[in-house]
Amino acid sequence: MKRMILAMCVCVMMSFSASAVFAETDAYHVGCVFSITGKASWLGEPERNTVQMIVKQINDAGGINGRQLVLHIEDDQGDNTRAVNAIKKLIKKDKVCAIIGPSLSGTSLAGVPVVTQEQIPMISCASAAKITTPAEERKWIFKTAPNDSDAARNIFAHMNTHNIHKVGIMTDSTGFGAAGREQLKAIAVDYKIEIVADETYNPTDTDMTAPLINIRNSGAQAIINWSIVPAQSIVPKNMKDLKMTIPLYQSHGFANIKYAEAAGDAAEGCIFPAGRIMAVDTLPDDQPQKKVLEAYKKAYESAFKDHVSTFGGHAYDALWITADALKKVGDDPAKLRDEFEKTKFVGIGGVFEFSATDHCGLDKDDFSIMTVKDGKFVVLKE
Amino acid sequence: MNPAEANLVDLVQFFFMGIQRGCIYAMVAMGFNMIYNATGIINFAQGEFVVLGGLMMVSLTMALHLPIVLAFILTVLFVVVVGVLMERLTINPVKQPTVLRLIIITIAVSIITKGAAMMFWGKGSHYMNHFSSAEPLDFHGATILPQTLWIMGILLLVVAAYVFFFNFTMTGKCMRACSINRDAARLAGIDDRKMVMLSFALSAGIGAVAGIIITPVIQMDYTRGAMLGLKGFGAAVLGGLGNSTGAVAAGVLLGVLEALGAGYISSHYMDAIALVILLFVLFIRPSGIFGSSEAMRLKEF
Repeated sequence: MKRMILAMCVCVMMSFSASAVFAETDAYHVGCVFSITGKASWLGEPERNTVQMIVKQINDAGGINGRQLVLHIEDDQGDNTRAVNAIKKLIKKDKVCAIIGPSLSGTSLAGVPVVTQEQIPMISCASAAKITTPAEERKWIFKTAPNDSDAARNIFAHMNTHNIHKVGIMTDSTGFGAAGREQLKAIAVDYKIEIVADETYNPTDTDMTAPLINIRNSGAQAIINWSIVPAQSIVPKNMKDLKMTIPLYQSHGFANIKYAEAAGDAAEGCIFPAGRIMAVDTLPDDQPQKKVLEAYKKAYESAFKDHVSTFGGHAYDALWITADALKKVGDDPAKLRDEFEKTKFVGIGGVFEFSATDHCGLDKDDFSIMTVKDGKFVVLKE
Repeated sequence: MNPAEANLVDLVQFFFMGIQRGCIYAMVAMGFNMIYNATGIINFAQGEFVVLGGLMMVSLTMALHLPIVLAFILTVLFVVVVGVLMERLTINPVKQPTVLRLIIITIAVSIITKGAAMMFWGKGSHYMNHFSSAEPLDFHGATILPQTLWIMGILLLVVAAYVFFFNFTMTGKCMRACSINRDAARLAGIDDRKMVMLSFALSAGIGAVAGIIITPVIQMDYTRGAMLGLKGFGAAVLGGLGNSTGAVAAGVLLGVLEALGAGYISSHYMDAIALVILLFVLFIRPSGIFGSSEAMRLKEF
């Protein structure tokens, strides 16, 4: 009798899994790799929330071409090895036709060789320009986060108008910080700005006194802090503790209101480039993105009771670009890739125009220069 | 200000930075020593006590708006209860308590605590108001936060209470007796298992205090425990495991050296500097700067 029950259980289970497989072969499978937990969870969490929200919306409306969209979401914990393993698993086991993510510059760069070899298109949500350049070597890689090089150009342009010629830079030692450091050093020359101090710190550091003092001693007229981790909110605090009054520029990695909240009063007045989602209310009505931005902000904030951030926006753009391409060409990875190159899309990050030579699709003007005023992000008016 | 003076100001500034970190390392190291003396093991959940203290204090003061003194007491009590539960539920029931087994258990507890803290407090950094003003005080051109003075003062109080407890109270003396020779202490009628529980309670309490006083300066999140624990462990080893006055001195020393290294060498390698110093000391004096090499030879671990 016992054996009978066991056999019946096995049969039932097999029929369940068989029917599940049957249903899912008919669906479109897309993989996602985000840093949902770990040090970069402030990026990965809104990204995951956003894709879950959109996929529900798509499937409730009948799916794509009458087929369901199935997302396979993996958490890389901000770790390069885990990201590579997750990408391999998505390609080999889940047979996905495209990958969205990873969240970080480091993990994205780690994933580049894998997807190139397997010939699966990947839309990264990270910012380093070298993820998609040079385009001929990055045939399968796209990204929806704006280039760090363009963020740097915005900062330097702002400095030019404010008569700042000598800056001290401090960057965190993550992939984001290291890539930003390279860009800052390369681009400063174009704007006739001299980097007089170059400091790096670890994402786990809790005290920025030492790099700040070195910058103070270098005679810098302003500081650029380039970081994506919570440690960056300690910089304005420590500047206040040291009574340093020179302007502080932050990177676009600062564009999460939680970072400003964590720094409190000290964050007031710091200047950073960011996507327009951070200040939707201050945009004119004829701005092409305004409707999309408002809709996303409203949907996200009512669904998750949390502030919207640019990072979730990168995932929003990546998933909708993928969904639009799936609708047109189906789930053949090579066809999808070709379709991505032709995409024009008004999204959260800006107005995307991909091409064979540009796999990022955004430019310098998709940033706005912002500041913190009364604990809120506002567009800086000149 | 001439260059020589400016250099001096920098040095003083780095020194303040180092003292602030060092006081925390010292308190974590004292926590390590207390449990080491009672059980002979390293409690790898020590850093988690600090995190729990910081996060609980944030909740009580920032969300529930309790006055600081009341919140301080409640937080310490809460973490002490966690420490006691840890000992009662995971250390005490072990049938054959070998050193290795107990250490692995503490690692497990640390992982579980970290996960629970993440579930409860979320993944973000939490910040709280300074105990008094957050305006830095001027000290001949260098600046020092009032909170740093609080940290130094509270460390001194904790050390004073520690010295008093272990030298002038019966319970403290019993604990010392247990750490010197457990079998002899048992023969003299001391309940050694109770002493182990007490050591976990005290060690959790000191960890909580460290977490409470540092949170206004560094912000607290659930991942901080590992690094704080590691640095505190470094200080404990540097001072000679089990030697608490040594731990205090070594903790402050480690903090200052780290700050000087960050200032004059590179802040990128700050964590590495502390660990290199630790390795260096262990090569030359395995018993730590303040430890006795003779005692070291007799220890199991």
